[in-house]
Amino acid sequence: MAMANNKKVGVILASAVVLAVMPFLVGGALGNSWVRILDFSLLYVMLALGLNMVVGFAGLLDLGFIAFYAVGAYTYGLLCSPHFGLHLPFYIAIPIGAALAAFFGILLGTPVLRLKGDYLAIVTLGFGEIIRIFINNLNAPVNITNGPQGINLIDPIEVGGFSLGKTFELFGLSFSNVYLYYYMFLALTVGVVIMAWRLQHSRIGRAWVALREDDIAAAAMGINIRNIKLLAFALGALSGGVAGGLFSAFQGFISPESFSLIESIMILAMIVLGGMGNIPGVILGAVMLTVAPEILRATIGPLQMAVFGKTLIDPENARMLLFGLAMVVMMLVRPEGAWPSKRRRMEFQDAKKGVTHG
Amino acid sequence: MAETLLKIEGIVKRFGGLVALNNVGLTINKGEIYGLIGPNGAGKTTLFNVLTGLYMPNEGSFTFAGKDLFRAKPHVVVGTGIARTFQNIRLFAEMTALENVMVGRHIRSKAGALGAVLRTKRTREEEQAIEAKAWELLEYVGISSVADERARNLSYGHQRRLEIARALATEPTLLALDEPAAGMNPRETADLKDLMAKIRNDGVTILLIEHDVKLMMGLCDRIAVLDYGKKIAEGVPEVVRNDPKVIEAYLGVAHE
Repeated sequence: MAMANNKKVGVILASAVVLAVMPFLVGGALGNSWVRILDFSLLYVMLALGLNMVVGFAGLLDLGFIAFYAVGAYTYGLLCSPHFGLHLPFYIAIPIGAALAAFFGILLGTPVLRLKGDYLAIVTLGFGEIIRIFINNLNAPVNITNGPQGINLIDPIEVGGFSLGKTFELFGLSFSNVYLYYYMFLALTVGVVIMAWRLQHSRIGRAWVALREDDIAAAAMGINIRNIKLLAFALGALSGGVAGGLFSAFQGFISPESFSLIESIMILAMIVLGGMGNIPGVILGAVMLTVAPEILRATIGPLQMAVFGKTLIDPENARMLLFGLAMVVMMLVRPEGAWPSKRRRMEFQDAKKGVTHG
Repeated sequence: MAETLLKIEGIVKRFGGLVALNNVGLTINKGEIYGLIGPNGAGKTTLFNVLTGLYMPNEGSFTFAGKDLFRAKPHVVVGTGIARTFQNIRLFAEMTALENVMVGRHIRSKAGALGAVLRTKRTREEEQAIEAKAWELLEYVGISSVADERARNLSYGHQRRLEIARALATEPTLLALDEPAAGMNPRETADLKDLMAKIRNDGVTILLIEHDVKLMMGLCDRIAVLDYGKKIAEGVPEVVRNDPKVIEAYLGVAHE
């Protein structure tokens, strides 16, 4: 027990050190644009963990998750920009965005309580699109969202009068804003990880697994199916809303384009590829799917030039082709994901052996 | 006169044009083992589902321990003190035996999302109590040796017992068992009979559906017989056994 604890502390300390120096290693070796990609991968980790609560824990297939990201992003954007002339501090705007996203989670959850599987997926997909289309069109008769033009000049996050949006000087070196945001995102990501982990290993988490495995038996064991489903939707949406607010502050500009269906699908793909229901797997999936396309973007052009002497396929197309191919191969070779939970791995092993549920 | 625990009157359950339960009424007294028998398709499981909130009856009345449970939601029914098992075992297959029983404690524990996230002292203590109670129940039904096995890997007899332990975890006053001896060998059936007697002695009333007539006659205090969605007899086993209507409907006309 003491050994296991020591090992655990060691792993945590080592990861903390690696995570703390990561942006400087990456930034020093590859430049600031890669630190920016790191920042984005943290945002996607938050999103993927949020969706994982709904899909991975409770087993409710949600294809419109990006809507909650949009709600969080637009709440921050509207409350902290010249658009309405409001400039609320982030520690008020982000919680409001998160709460509003959770409210929308319940709003989505309520009509779909009786739906499962494919039907649920279709309705949530529609919901995601409705939110995006609403945002796109809420510029007339009263201009709320500024429509397709989006919202510009959104305030960066300010901590104690110090803006994270500016370049800062340290020991005679200047660091771009992406470094400060990295630590901000990291702190909140750790918060979301702890939240997801503790929920999973609690009475609530058990009820979600029970719901996923057999909803009738879960009801017959006294679980209030309606409340436990709505809780999953609300808490998942909450994480999405936080990530949305951060995204808004980080980018300084948001428009409905950022919240299209493909984003929802990417987040779902992160969960599935990483290992549905398993928190480390989901984190791995989110980082992989954020970083891999960028690596391909950076390497495909030069690679073609080196091999063929000219660009045969447009790098942007080739990138998505390879990315798609990698996903197909992954699903064929490891359908349970890169880092599945023990429970899920066994499900897949049983499925392969043709064992049916008892 | 024994104390009435459960009372239903005039229960009607229709599925489209089919009347699955037609004006069924019965009372279960506190502390007894009450048997429900009838030919296949007589409506036994439908009645079970009505009594445990999984089906909404169309008409009738349903009171349990003085509370009105007519058309109540399953979790309300469980909270009031009725727990059940299923004819075709419905365990949480990928959870361990222990976790299955821990799910049964859900209704008797309180920790919410906030408590779980903050991991407050009360949440931690409750979680420990849940686990301790689950162990205790696994020992009670005699399967604590397989506590960490996934439910789907358990033997058939163990799965049946695990379902009973999970139901007991909700602290029921009425335990409803839907064909618990189905598919068991005589040895396992005898053990199960002992377990049911033990549960009853510990103060839990039992409602039992079973095909094994011999088991029912030896175990039940009173028996009701359903046929085509109607109750055709009710009473102590000897009387029911000799009721001509029952013999005709359920046991068939004797040839020997």
